[in-house]
Amino acid sequence: MHYRSTSYRIFSILNGVFLSLLALLCILPLIHVLAVSLSSSAAADANLVKLWPIGFTTEAYMVTLGNDRFISSFGISVLRTALGTVLSLLLSILVGYALSKETNEFKGRNGYAWFFVFTMLFSGGLIPTYIVVQKLGLINSIWALVLPGAMSVYNTILLMNFFRTSVPKALEEAAFIDGAGHFRTLWSIYLPISLPSLATISLFTMVGHWNAWFDGLIYITDTAKYPMSTLLQTIVVQRDLSSMSVSADEIQALSNRTVKTAQIFIATLPIILVYPFLQRFFVKGIVLGSVKE
Amino acid sequence: MRTRQRQGWKWKTTWPLHTMLLPGVAIVLIFCYLPMFGLVMAFQDFQPHLGFFRSDWIGLENFRLMFEYPDARQVIWNTFLIAFLKIIAHLIVPFVFALLLNEVRRMLLKRLIQTFVYLPHFLSWVILGGILLDMLSTDGGLVNQLVGWLGFPPIFFLGDGDWFRITVIASDVWKDFGFSTIIFLAALAGVNPEMYEAALIDGANRWRQTLSITIPAMIPIAVVVATLSLGNILNAGFDQIFNLYNPLVYEKGDIIDTYVYRVGLIGGDFGFGTAVGVFKSLVSLTLIIISYRLAYKLAGYRIF
Repeated sequence: MHYRSTSYRIFSILNGVFLSLLALLCILPLIHVLAVSLSSSAAADANLVKLWPIGFTTEAYMVTLGNDRFISSFGISVLRTALGTVLSLLLSILVGYALSKETNEFKGRNGYAWFFVFTMLFSGGLIPTYIVVQKLGLINSIWALVLPGAMSVYNTILLMNFFRTSVPKALEEAAFIDGAGHFRTLWSIYLPISLPSLATISLFTMVGHWNAWFDGLIYITDTAKYPMSTLLQTIVVQRDLSSMSVSADEIQALSNRTVKTAQIFIATLPIILVYPFLQRFFVKGIVLGSVKE
Repeated sequence: MRTRQRQGWKWKTTWPLHTMLLPGVAIVLIFCYLPMFGLVMAFQDFQPHLGFFRSDWIGLENFRLMFEYPDARQVIWNTFLIAFLKIIAHLIVPFVFALLLNEVRRMLLKRLIQTFVYLPHFLSWVILGGILLDMLSTDGGLVNQLVGWLGFPPIFFLGDGDWFRITVIASDVWKDFGFSTIIFLAALAGVNPEMYEAALIDGANRWRQTLSITIPAMIPIAVVVATLSLGNILNAGFDQIFNLYNPLVYEKGDIIDTYVYRVGLIGGDFGFGTAVGVFKSLVSLTLIIISYRLAYKLAGYRIF
């Protein structure tokens, strides 16, 4: 009705154009990187490439994928992501379930809850944590990338709240009356109901593990055991190619701008691939709310 | 009810719950609480080969040094300034963006815009750092080509202190403004459409409706976001700065976290590094507690 007024129509069009440009601005850097990585090195080095490849070639990808170090770091990233996500999800489910009980059912509940929440407020910081990991003999072990952050208090609180609000109490009590214990109830009642939230949490955890680089930098000293994000950090950001264990010729090839952008794009690809699934989860609620006009 | 209350204590009914908590408790104990004992290093002239027990105790000497070193003072100021500007920007930009997005009536366009603006949030600062180093390069980076095309000399985005701060704040907003919008859009989704219809019947135009319905609907959540971000006043973004900075901009771009890493972990001055870290943790803890109290008072917000 009121949208028919001329001034609002003009605003509407300008607004749409402005927001579309802003949205494009968010992905332009990725398009630029992709364009450079698919261009000939001559064109890339002469800064001719904008948003479309010039002298199209996949050579940069061949060089990158032909490097053993890069491939093995990819494998390490996949492994840490898998291990880390499974472990983190398991811990959050168990702790989230126990903390979802009321204090009259489970007296220790509040004590445990504060024990976990306190770690969100205060931490020993970088250096003491590093010393603990080192004393445990985890340096250069994949567990140094998985264990320290395995217990996500934030995800646990999300799950706990979900368990409290979305699992019907009656269902749980029926299970108890039928003789099911806590483990059984968690497995057969709670988990099936919470699959969508578990999926969301897993996806976010996966992205977090895939992107994590700093723990690799401090806990892994043997560069052959770097996860991909850490390797990328040393070669693209620090411009230190010693971790690639390659000859002088190859260093020349690897420091090429097209190769660097190819590496960046390969590291981004898994995120882009899971992004549609991620987005479905967090946008759904919002879109559902806003369509009723 | 009485029987239930007594059950709360009974080992027979609660042992599975304690068992479920055990692995989580163990991990947190080892990797979160154990390091807290390491904080004694802040009060020691810590030497790794002597350990916690034989290193010399020097009281508050490390903390005194921290406030005396011009370096450290500058770093604390940089941290505060960058974090403060980021907090302000992250409040204003998503607020305005949510307002504008709310006016887009074509669902397809709205979805498309959302898809694009949320994406950068999920990319790491290693990837974005790599991209920015390439695009902001003075040696023909895409952005400087644009600057040159507009008739200006190339800008040292990452080599000049003041430009570095601007770049850090702008790129952080670029990465996260979309994602920060979600919470405001959720608030808007909760507005009853009948309110707009009623306003329309009363003769309010769209601008009037925005002032009287849309903005008031977003204010409570904006208050919560603002107060909760108080706890981040010393979090200037380690990942981002670490992947963008270089010695040229240490003076204006170095922050507490990067300083602790360089001086403490790399430089081997564990005691001093830890002291700076403790300072940050304590300030943050105090502010977080204050901000949660405030958020509860101002907007009735609670995490549990």
